[in-house]
Amino acid sequence: MARMKFLCDAERCIECNGCVTACKNENEVPWGVNRRRVVTLGDGAPGEKSISVACMHCTDAPCQAVCPVDCFNTTDDGIVLHDKSLCIGCGYCFYACPFGAPQFPEQTSFGARGKMDKCTFCAGGPDEADLSDAEYEKYGRNRIAEGKLPLCAEMCSTRALIAGDGDEIADIYRERILRRGGRPQTWGWETAYTEG
Amino acid sequence: MSQQSTHDEPVVRAKMSPARKKRMAWLGLLAILTLAVVLPLASYSVYWLGGNAVAQDVGSVTNPRSNMWRAVEQGVGGYTAVNGAEAGVLIAQGGVRWQQLRDGPVAKYMPWLVLGMLAIVVLYHLIHGKNKLDASQLSGRKIKRWNSFDRSVHWITAISFIVLAITGLSMLIGKNVLIPLLGKAGFSWWAQASITIHNVVGPVFSVGVLLMIVLWVWHNFPTKVDLEWFKQGGGMFTKSHPSAGRMNGGEKVWFWVVAVVGLAVSITGIIMLVPIYNLPVPTWLSWVPLIEGTRPQMQEANLVHAVLSLGWTALAVGHVYIGTAGTEGAFEGMKTGYVSEEWAKQHHDLWAEDAAAKGQVVVLDDTTTQGAVGTGSQPAAAQ
Repeated sequence: MARMKFLCDAERCIECNGCVTACKNENEVPWGVNRRRVVTLGDGAPGEKSISVACMHCTDAPCQAVCPVDCFNTTDDGIVLHDKSLCIGCGYCFYACPFGAPQFPEQTSFGARGKMDKCTFCAGGPDEADLSDAEYEKYGRNRIAEGKLPLCAEMCSTRALIAGDGDEIADIYRERILRRGGRPQTWGWETAYTEG
Repeated sequence: MSQQSTHDEPVVRAKMSPARKKRMAWLGLLAILTLAVVLPLASYSVYWLGGNAVAQDVGSVTNPRSNMWRAVEQGVGGYTAVNGAEAGVLIAQGGVRWQQLRDGPVAKYMPWLVLGMLAIVVLYHLIHGKNKLDASQLSGRKIKRWNSFDRSVHWITAISFIVLAITGLSMLIGKNVLIPLLGKAGFSWWAQASITIHNVVGPVFSVGVLLMIVLWVWHNFPTKVDLEWFKQGGGMFTKSHPSAGRMNGGEKVWFWVVAVVGLAVSITGIIMLVPIYNLPVPTWLSWVPLIEGTRPQMQEANLVHAVLSLGWTALAVGHVYIGTAGTEGAFEGMKTGYVSEEWAKQHHDLWAEDAAAKGQVVVLDDTTTQGAVGTGSQPAAAQ
């Protein structure tokens, strides 16, 4: 069984924000919501590095653990999905997430945030039929059901962001390290994935 | 050889006295132990001989790239084109710690405090029974204790407290307690109602707490009488009634709990309530640490809020018991505003004396009791 992961190769990411744009367009995410963002470390200084980050679909995800209405579900592929029909917008997943992935469409008074939105690994939602209009409306595209990988990674011009089965993307990355030398940096994996 | 040695032995034995032999054995043991400790440490002599220069060299060689990624793991961020507080932070480890504390000790053990207090109260009532009035017949003379504003503030705060306790507990333990009963969809509906009610009633409650502090702080400064009251355990387990003024020691402690914990849960509640992710803080307010709206702040606020309010709810069980079923004649004070003179003399003797001296003891006829909004102008003075 595949175990889906994201890997961002900091030696390749050029901070073009193509992944952010691809995600927004493919999933028609609400205004103000960013399922993916690019962070540049040491911006402008020699040796600056950029990382594209979204929900990492953690093993034992803290958002899933803390959710007071138990709306999260980890699929057989290791994708962490949340059920928007159950979500009450309390924001606890946002407190708990190490990667700042959960987003909220509203910021009105009395703490009303609206239903949480986050990266679905382009796998839609758990409560609507695959590839239905309702699913697209609520969660965005279900590319996994179409046999495709997340668009952010598919669109990445430098192939810095790779998505797919953890073993396979690790092999791709390992081969890169062998060819170009240097040390591997599987950013975020230590925090997100306990099975390695 | 063997002949020789057996021949020699008695001679040696004769030379060494048993005492010396013992001493030698101890000295030998000591020497072995000392060497065993000292010899492995001998390598440290490198430092004494000026070898620390080598050690410093080793320490100064670090890999800047490793250091950068290590810093990222510790929450150091960078630039991002995306707007939002902390959007530049790649990894924030505090969330997992918060989640483990909240789902662990706070959600698993703290709610038992409330049930434990309930059990204690029931047990006390079964064993000790109601704290009855000594007087078998009431004279009908009454003393005004709370005016209508006092009572409104009390009941608005009390009702909102109960609402907040129920909705707050639903958010904390509903996942384990209510989902098995209501199902996920049913509980989601109730949780949505809970969080909405909690967020709207919370500020009302905070105003109530603030008014209570302003109205009642004057009655609640501790005095020496309270010390004696506490020494006698408030008369809870004795037949005697320790002296008390308008408020007894226990009531004063409860007041300060309400004041301090009330303010704390209000402030932490507001931190979680305000839609803060992108709130621009005006420069003239930049010194206020409250409206920052970062995740660490909200995590801390959530823990303080939960721990304090659960402890407070447990204490409130005691307060409700003492004010209703626990003490005969106490409830009417908060209901009508008046208490019987007998009750006042029994529980607040100094205050009763004071009221009598000031001529504040009154007789109410039934109609005024019913309609008594606390003006106290209608009833005729009894004395």
